[in-house]
Amino acid sequence: MNFGLAVWALTRREFQRFWGERARVAGFVASPLLFWVVVGSGFGDLEFFFPGALTMTVMFSAMFSMMSLIEDRREGFLLSVLVSPAPRPAIVLGKVCGAAALAWLQGLIVLAGVFFTSLRHDVVALAGTAGALLLTALLLTVVSYVVAWRLSSTQAFHAVINLLLVPAWMLSGAIFSPVLSFAWVRWLMQANPLYYAQSLVRSFLVADAPSGGLAAVVLLGCTGLALVLAVRGTK
Amino acid sequence: MVSVESITVNYGERRALDAVSLVVGAGEWHGILGPNGGGKSTLFRVLATLLAPNSGRFTIAGETVPAKIRPKLGVVFQSQSLDRKLTVAQNMEAQGNLYGLSGTVLAERTKKLLWQFHLNGREQEPVHQLSGGLARRVEIAKALLHEPAVLLLDEPTTGLDPTARREWLDLLTDLRRERELTVLMTTHLLDEAERCERLTLLHEGRVVTGGSPAELKAQVGGDVVEFGTKEPERVAAQYPQLNPRVGSDWVRFETPAGARFAAQAADALPGAIETITIQKPTLEDVFFRNTGARL
Repeated sequence: MNFGLAVWALTRREFQRFWGERARVAGFVASPLLFWVVVGSGFGDLEFFFPGALTMTVMFSAMFSMMSLIEDRREGFLLSVLVSPAPRPAIVLGKVCGAAALAWLQGLIVLAGVFFTSLRHDVVALAGTAGALLLTALLLTVVSYVVAWRLSSTQAFHAVINLLLVPAWMLSGAIFSPVLSFAWVRWLMQANPLYYAQSLVRSFLVADAPSGGLAAVVLLGCTGLALVLAVRGTK
Repeated sequence: MVSVESITVNYGERRALDAVSLVVGAGEWHGILGPNGGGKSTLFRVLATLLAPNSGRFTIAGETVPAKIRPKLGVVFQSQSLDRKLTVAQNMEAQGNLYGLSGTVLAERTKKLLWQFHLNGREQEPVHQLSGGLARRVEIAKALLHEPAVLLLDEPTTGLDPTARREWLDLLTDLRRERELTVLMTTHLLDEAERCERLTLLHEGRVVTGGSPAELKAQVGGDVVEFGTKEPERVAAQYPQLNPRVGSDWVRFETPAGARFAAQAADALPGAIETITIQKPTLEDVFFRNTGARL
């Protein structure tokens, strides 16, 4: 089917580009390994920080993934994609799937470090966390797409993503727990999609954490909404 | 094959295209000639289905809706639309997939086109390693992969050296001989425009005139004589009956007998004339006559 073929063509391209750049592959593998070293040395409160490090890895990788879209669209490969008969939703999915898969894989390398910790690492915990990271990667890649499509320079993209990313990460529960915060900080956290990504990951890894059912629903809803915005924005 | 009816495009206050109409017959090689900023690129974007006009309509291969036009249209952009980090083969495969092609059909068409454009043996090379001329050939091979009825090109030889440009235009000429292909291209280069069967001259968003290169040049007739001079106004005032056009350091006349006129003028205005150019009218003269501007 043409829809699937177009999605596959664009997803495959992200991987082909990735493999073609040795520095990128090296950085991709090395940064999680560096993190293992820190984890292995027994630094700080691992039980608390490890889930935060997981989402952070996926978050940065996914949020900056669509930087290339800006130049690609003005003069480049994406122009010929836009004049092709590929349906707009297929174009969005193709761009998003490839980038999200890469961000997710990087998260999985970090996840392998869970064996150095006393966090849960049974099959259910690992599969559940992998699923949570995939959902997080998808959501943030789509957000990155929506932002990139509205901006005309990579500098502006960098600025806007940083503006979104830093507070979103601070208020995700990765650095401090909502239980310890003021009420208004708690409200802000509860309005932050990344808080739910963090909760979902914690629900699988931390033995006595609350269920992640609500978090999963919120993440799915946000991803769906972002996808609609992305398809509408693609002109 | 392509019909454009009264298309108008505004960018905010500025009118980029003003009621532009033109018709391109099946199998015709049609050029849109005009200076940069004259509206060519805007017209290209409209026909490539990237920009919806503010008013007017157009038909390509019998279709009016972008989704139906796209499968029948091959597009070559002025900027490179190949992924420079991928190989030639990977670029061709991605393009084929986007047009619903895969498997042996795609493999065979790719092989045939790369052979036809003298690119066989370079399938596995990353595009960034190719010369400008070769990359340009991959661009057109890519645009033909889905066998479009109409090929749309935007300033196709921009950035190529003269040899590569000539080779490229020869390839396009061969290509048209061999298959029923309608070609519509924008250009500001005279040698490119000369190859077209028909031309539409576009200036400041309006269609100025149109016709075959020979018909257009016949509008001017005779010879064109250009004097290079520091006193253009004075030289022009000497021969008002020859419709002089005055530039910053030149004057241009149209006259039936160029050589005789040039010699007379040089005698009559000693020291004023520094250089003399006599030539048959070019498309530039046609453009000049119609707009008062240069290409």
